[in-house]
Amino acid sequence: MPTDTDAPVLKAKDYASDQDVRWCPGCGDYAILNQVRKVFAKLQIPTHETVFVSGIGCSSRFPYYMNTYGMHSIHGRAPAVATGVKIANPNLNVWLVTGDGDGLSIGGNHLMHILRRNVNVKILLFNNEIYGLTKGQYSPTSPEGKKTKSTPQGSIDLPLTALSLALSVEASFVARCVDVDKDITRVLERAAAHKGSAFVEIYQDCNVFNHKAFEYATDRNTKEDSIIRLEHGKPLIFGKDRDKGIRLNGARKCEVVNLNDNGVKEDDLLFHDEHDESLAFLLSRMKHPEFPEPMGVFYSISDDCYEDLLEQQVEQEIEKKGRGTLESLLNEGATYDVAS
Amino acid sequence: MAVGTQEKNASSKPLQELDAAVVRFAGDSGDGMQLAGTQFTDTSAIFGNDVATLPDYPAEIRAPAGTVAGVSGFQINFAAKTIHTPGDEVDALIAMNPAAFKAHISDVRSGGIVVVNDSEFEKVNLRKAGYAEGYNPLDDEKFTTRYKVVRVPITRLNEEALAETGMGSKDIGRCKNMFALGIVFWLYDRPLTVTEDYLNDYFGKVKKKPQIAEANIKALRSGYYFGETAELFPAHWRVPKAQVQSGKYRKITGNEAAAMGLVAAGELSGKQIVYCSYPITPASDILHALATYRNYGVKTFQAEDEIAAVCAAIGASFAGQLGVTGTSGPGVALKTEAIGLAIMTELPMVIVNVQRGGPSTGLPTKTEQSDLFQAVLGRNGDAPLVVIAPQSPADCFDAAIEASRIAMQHMIPVMILSDGYIANGAEPWRIPSADSLERFEIKNAADPDNFEVYGRNEKLARPWAIPGTPGMEHRLGGLEKQHLTGNVSYDPENHQFMTEMRRNKVAKVADSIPPLEPHGEASGDLLLLSWGGTYGSVITAVDRARAKGHKVGAAHLRHLCPMPTNLGDVIKRFKKVLIPELNAGQLRMIIRGKFLVDAKGLNKVQGKPFLIEELDQAIELMLNDQWPADREYLMPSNHKVTVPG
Repeated sequence: MPTDTDAPVLKAKDYASDQDVRWCPGCGDYAILNQVRKVFAKLQIPTHETVFVSGIGCSSRFPYYMNTYGMHSIHGRAPAVATGVKIANPNLNVWLVTGDGDGLSIGGNHLMHILRRNVNVKILLFNNEIYGLTKGQYSPTSPEGKKTKSTPQGSIDLPLTALSLALSVEASFVARCVDVDKDITRVLERAAAHKGSAFVEIYQDCNVFNHKAFEYATDRNTKEDSIIRLEHGKPLIFGKDRDKGIRLNGARKCEVVNLNDNGVKEDDLLFHDEHDESLAFLLSRMKHPEFPEPMGVFYSISDDCYEDLLEQQVEQEIEKKGRGTLESLLNEGATYDVAS
Repeated sequence: MAVGTQEKNASSKPLQELDAAVVRFAGDSGDGMQLAGTQFTDTSAIFGNDVATLPDYPAEIRAPAGTVAGVSGFQINFAAKTIHTPGDEVDALIAMNPAAFKAHISDVRSGGIVVVNDSEFEKVNLRKAGYAEGYNPLDDEKFTTRYKVVRVPITRLNEEALAETGMGSKDIGRCKNMFALGIVFWLYDRPLTVTEDYLNDYFGKVKKKPQIAEANIKALRSGYYFGETAELFPAHWRVPKAQVQSGKYRKITGNEAAAMGLVAAGELSGKQIVYCSYPITPASDILHALATYRNYGVKTFQAEDEIAAVCAAIGASFAGQLGVTGTSGPGVALKTEAIGLAIMTELPMVIVNVQRGGPSTGLPTKTEQSDLFQAVLGRNGDAPLVVIAPQSPADCFDAAIEASRIAMQHMIPVMILSDGYIANGAEPWRIPSADSLERFEIKNAADPDNFEVYGRNEKLARPWAIPGTPGMEHRLGGLEKQHLTGNVSYDPENHQFMTEMRRNKVAKVADSIPPLEPHGEASGDLLLLSWGGTYGSVITAVDRARAKGHKVGAAHLRHLCPMPTNLGDVIKRFKKVLIPELNAGQLRMIIRGKFLVDAKGLNKVQGKPFLIEELDQAIELMLNDQWPADREYLMPSNHKVTVPG
């Protein structure tokens, strides 16, 4: 939000730093960078009040390319650094950029805890299902059987689902989008507006080591049949001709139904509710190719932020005990006088 | 309260004066020995003695009851003169069970008093302590002739004293430490008021259990009256007030002092303290203490792990407050990579390492000085930082302020090397006046037109430009940075330049370090070069050697990196150098490497501080040319300095 009506209007290019962007030509990161700059311009977010924090990996170079404050920290630890920034100054607008290796493997622990504390940080997890910066090993989101340099016989790890993880550790905002899809704008805007930890998984193409991993979600011929765009309060309908939907089969299982078959009506479908945790989890378990993969905001609730509660404790203690001074510090406790 | 009047009636037994005494309370880890010891310390400090303490407890919260492994001890040296150590030998041991007797009896001086809780010296407990079937050490002449063993059925007497309170036997049993403390208070002619006030306040007001407070006070008084009445003790003793500088005092432990020093640093600098930590023995008390200082604007963050703690501290410093992280050696190991990030980004940070026995999990509750290499050298790349080691519990206050000042003025991480001994040990602290503490207001960079991210001032410090400031947007990170601009740079010449810059920047801190002043002789036959928590025992040993006419001096290092610039000169003024350390010779290796001097080591790694006696022996060996020619270091074992096998 603009803080000063006299301030010049910021354009997307004003959010670009003076550094050359050094991702591989054709990398999905470029699209995300451009979208972030555009959203920042649309929201007129002040550059000097913004901090981008990242860990290690291709995506983590992101802060260097934003004309804001930034910290390219160490592998996996961006959530901890970002938490420290917010504790020290809750007024800063903090964004965190991470990847599937940085955020879900080496830094999985920190991701879990920033989400449960609901620190007011926007977390963008670029998921390309591969380790790019180390030149092509499998990641915690690579599918089973994936052949990479470190898994020549195929990966035998079961991949994890980032959004299911986020929901299970009490995230207050969970969303997904695709690097080159139009919905990224809407999702980023919603994340920016959310007060609390906003977790956004962005499917991102690594065109060197894992090209077309998300082709089903980006190819114009297949994508509308492979993804489902979530809208709060609306039925779950998808397909190029919007003729398919998602219905509950029993209490806990989704199924794809054809709206033209056997008198299936819209009212029979699942309706999206961003405040329904169970539904959000159910949606996070829908995976291609069995299901269309949901895109958009899965879950969004309002809750207290860690740094605000901490600030409140400081204020309450000051109110209760009075603002401490050097004098009061030195004279507290059981003191006694020794006369000469 | 009542004891003031009781004292007047207590003249039936001779009251003798001593200039110092060492008392040790020992019992099961659930017996409340730490509380008894702390109360005796508080009473003695407030009475006006100089005091030094050594708590010693097992790593297990409740190790198997009655076993030697489960024994918890608390030693206090209280004196009418200035003292620097908790004492070599115990004058009075209070052993609450056979295991405590077994674990501690060898530390009691010949002729010393041993008060035992006779009720517990029965079959089962004797067996648990590992004594042979049918054997009771209290009947063994080996002990009864060497010590004045006083058998008091403490458990039973305490039960009888509290029989009418109507409390359950478990609650009554919990009061027996106060009964024992009462006996010792009588034995050393101390007033009960400090402890009675504590019991009323803690159990009565805080815990809202006045009945428990009353019972404890009753047990305490019963113990006192028992000592007075029973014809078991030949005499009792008084240790008069110490002649100390007048002023306001309090008793303080190293961890309390470190916490207060950090809060003071926040006040003196105008910066908020953000203390990020993960609980670890023996550093957790700093976190606990700082959590109570929210009304000073202090923020504490209990992170999910050690790495998160240091990274949050870095984030806090980046955002413009002073990030501090506290831990012990294993925690520092986990923080290592992040500390490198703070060095690379040239952000201020204070890292408190309360050292314990290592490696790995090691001896969590025991003291050691074995993280010196880790502090000075333990990171990937050429990654120097500033290392400061406090020399006593109260000195942790000054060390915390100095570390914070250096960190922020020089834009650099500073590590404080405390240790379990000074962290948990206590001493009287003459409280400084607020005015006597030097302010060092820290100003953020505020001139965007002349802002260079890695520009430098006369200290070689780069500007601290904080997020929220218009026109100073910049990016930091772990990749090598270009001189001045701070942009990422892989240029070979730049990396050489920046590596030297980081080294010179640390060296520059020496400009504000006072020259090293040796204690005792300024030149002579032997220099004892020491650092950190061994200060008290080393200077005491040096004073004793000088009293014998030896030309011995002590140089005690507070600044381990950078070192005082005159250290080389000080070393040269002595014929020989002995470096006593509670590790396998880490400072010795640094000094040998830096100054090419044939320094010898006295290296103790037993989880305990030096005994003065051990230092005495090593000094004599050095001065009498009896040090084995082929040995770089010797070790103490059973109080005797020996050649390692």
